[in-house]
Amino acid sequence: MSLECGVFHTRYESDMELRPRPAQRIRLGVLAVFVLVFPFLAGPYWLDLANQIAIATVGAIGLNILVGYTGQISLGQGAFMAIGAYSAGLLTLNLGLPWGVSIALACVITAVAGSFFGLPSLRLKGLYLAIATLAAQEIVEWAMTHWTAVTGGTEAIVLPAPRLFGVRLNSTFAFYWFGVAMAAGTALFAANLFRTRMGRAFVAVRDQDIAASVIGVNLFRTKLLAFATSSFFVGLAGAMIAYYRTIITWERFTLDTSIVYLAMIIVGGLGSIRGSFFGAALITLLPALIANAGRALQDTAPVVANLLPYAQQAVFGVVIILFLIFEPKGLSKLWGNVKDYFHVWPFAYRRE
Amino acid sequence: MPILELDDLSLRFGGVTALSGLTMEVRKGELLALIGPNGAGKTSVLNCISGLYRAQDGTIALTAADGTRHPLHRLPPHRIAALGVARTFQNIELFKHMTVLENLMLGRHVHMKGGVLSGGLYLGRQRRAEIEHRRHVEEVIDFMNLEPLRSREVGNLAYGNQRLVEMARALALDPAILLLDEPTAGMNAEEKESMARFILDVHEERGITVVVIDHDIDVIMDISDRVVVLDFGRKIAEGPPEEVRGDAAVIDAYLGRARGDVA
Repeated sequence: MSLECGVFHTRYESDMELRPRPAQRIRLGVLAVFVLVFPFLAGPYWLDLANQIAIATVGAIGLNILVGYTGQISLGQGAFMAIGAYSAGLLTLNLGLPWGVSIALACVITAVAGSFFGLPSLRLKGLYLAIATLAAQEIVEWAMTHWTAVTGGTEAIVLPAPRLFGVRLNSTFAFYWFGVAMAAGTALFAANLFRTRMGRAFVAVRDQDIAASVIGVNLFRTKLLAFATSSFFVGLAGAMIAYYRTIITWERFTLDTSIVYLAMIIVGGLGSIRGSFFGAALITLLPALIANAGRALQDTAPVVANLLPYAQQAVFGVVIILFLIFEPKGLSKLWGNVKDYFHVWPFAYRRE
Repeated sequence: MPILELDDLSLRFGGVTALSGLTMEVRKGELLALIGPNGAGKTSVLNCISGLYRAQDGTIALTAADGTRHPLHRLPPHRIAALGVARTFQNIELFKHMTVLENLMLGRHVHMKGGVLSGGLYLGRQRRAEIEHRRHVEEVIDFMNLEPLRSREVGNLAYGNQRLVEMARALALDPAILLLDEPTAGMNAEEKESMARFILDVHEERGITVVVIDHDIDVIMDISDRVVVLDFGRKIAEGPPEEVRGDAAVIDAYLGRARGDVA
């Protein structure tokens, strides 16, 4: 295999590829093979975890578009996922739309709602904006539990199983393919977005909004577009949960959800697509791994095993704090370090 | 022929008057220097032109290449940029976490099309647009000798290089008029000379109208066609550099009561 650092591009087109180097394509190929083989080897327990990761990846990329790339802090993730989930469910239940159409419309509805709740961003920044989005979270939570005529209040909404060509899609195996397709599609869309005009404008608004406006970026439009784009994918994640579980309950979309998703993108890496996936995977797997460790230790060290469930919340907090201290750029940066190492290997001095 | 006309411009912040009744023009194709002591209102003039400040009174008119006049005092910053007004800042304002290339691509923002959907799908037209504008940006990179820094993150660059990148970003916009706010601030003699050379090249080779603020009087006197001197938000002198240099009011503003001392 040729050394990675020996790759030179002679055309802008090849230089501007998402994966311009051969080693990157090989890694992508390996990942693709793993994703294709995994569901045939894994049992329903691990498949279920994989599906949760796929959904969380879509939601985390959505949140990262807003928080990591555009620099607009949002505590309304749970609310936007709720809008996606409830819209997708209620459109099918009340209007009889096919589930696919409902999900697509739910994304659009969430995007519109997101840009509405994004209006304060035109005046507010940082913590003040975070509080404004917290208001969105509270309003939606209140609507979910009290607007009984539409949402059914605290009662769960039960949906018909989604079917594609006669196959029930909410089984762990079938949903896996749907989930992977959605996550891959979202990742590809976001990766493309941030190498083109509008995505660059998002990042410019984050880094230096005044300079962005003076170079020709319409701040008003760009911020609202960021909220809309982000909410579109967050709504998709919500709609996916609705049809995966075929049951919608308000408890899934509380402020806790908002914070867990923020943790994902912080641990994974703000402003990074692969980081969104890493964070989604780690935060989804962490409780499962702790639970497994508890079961494994049940016989040998019952005292530790009994303590572990309580440790779960603490571990969650500790992981976030450790990342903030030791690697604020998240798992994405760690992975980047590994890649850089091999990129210039064996000439480590060539690293900048 | 004036490209930019400021007429009776007044800007106040609460009780503080930044500009009072300022009338001046920028002629097409000239290199105009804007000088004055600290707090004279130089940066305020640039901020009014680029739409960051709104003057309470007065008008700013830009005459486009096709002869139409645009009232800049009523337009938001991004519309003013689209009319070909580009600028740099006193305290470098770059997009720190983006590469040099991406910073410069933002200079092409107003000339490109494409929103979220076409960007995310990256189909034929968007792809071609990105490549076409990349070519344009590469010309600017070549002009400013930034090749070795192309894919470096801007926040990690040396101070002098950041100033060059900021100017390159403004140039990528293909401006009709370029506003430079203290482009040589904080530079050593060598860097100042190279920056002055770039400014002259921009002006002479690319035919761009330049308005430059600087405190280095030697640089200003060397490169500018015409000088406007401000003090306390008013224009106190105007003319070719050598004339302004000997102007009594200017010497007053900079050194205090010169006439009294001499007499």
